[in-house]
Amino acid sequence: MKDTEDKITLFYKIPGNDFTRAGEASSNVKSKLKMMGVRPDIVRKVAIAMYEGEINMVIHASGGTIEVIISPEEIEMILKDQGPGIEDIELAMTAGYSTAPDNIRNLGFGAGMGLPNMKKYTDEMSVESQVGIGTTVTMKVKII
Amino acid sequence: MTIGDIKETLGAKLIVGEEWMSREVHTACGSDMMSDVLAFMKDQSVLLTGLCNLQVIRTAEMMDIVCIVFVRGKMPDGAMIEMAKQKEIALLSTGHRMFSACGMLYEKGLRGGAPYR
Ligand SMILES: Nc1ncnc2c1ncn2[C@@H]1O[C@H](COP(=O)(O)OP(=O)(O)O)[C@@H](O)[C@H]1O
Ligand SMILES: [Mg+2]
Repeated sequence: MKDTEDKITLFYKIPGNDFTRAGEASSNVKSKLKMMGVRPDIVRKVAIAMYEGEINMVIHASGGTIEVIISPEEIEMILKDQGPGIEDIELAMTAGYSTAPDNIRNLGFGAGMGLPNMKKYTDEMSVESQVGIGTTVTMKVKII
Repeated sequence: MTIGDIKETLGAKLIVGEEWMSREVHTACGSDMMSDVLAFMKDQSVLLTGLCNLQVIRTAEMMDIVCIVFVRGKMPDGAMIEMAKQKEIALLSTGHRMFSACGMLYEKGLRGGAPYR
């Protein structure tokens, strides 16, 4: 089977600092996967992981882009931003670690569980980041 | 327990979901922090929260949560109601505080799932 023929790629631009609209892309992916007949528990894992990533882009990096590549074997999400970057990735991955300001916490985010949740719900995750340049988070959820 | 039972137990006001009152709810979760809600996958659960913004509906959508109860009399706005209708999430509002609302549902047999770790 040829790889490229059974792959679907979705692309989203995430507007920065618009907290109200955060999650629209994840919602769209969730509906699409559901319609494609992907198993509900897999759809949910992808939706949660992408949603946390999308929220991070909005609250920490003034937006970015998300590419979702759907193949019969797996769903890959590539989240790219040109935000401030993460200085200590290991520390950022620690449950409870957050630099989110109080106004974000009052909106229900900033508990420092986003990156740990993303790791928990995906089969593979990598974070590449450079301070002052940006962050790329790649996540994969296996279908089979 | 059904969504209708929750409404009755909490003396809650129904905002969205008249037609889903007989839907079954298996577990519950009470939090104002959405990432805490997102940390545990549960089936057919109800979310009790004092937070009242669009991201509560989004969080419920991602988690396949079937019902949201706003505590302390919080009322969702038009955009939240619209999204909840679209995603088929029932919305209730109760005057009780978080602790009391959770306790009342616990007393009726609703549980929150296994302890952490
Ligand atoms: N895209 C990003 N750009 C810059 N910093 C980020 C990004 N994502 C996460 N971070 C940093 O990592 C920390 C932990 O992220 P996370 O676990 O999602 O918790 P929270 O978003 O609740 O703060 C954030 O507080 C922030 O400092
Ligand atoms: Mg986060």
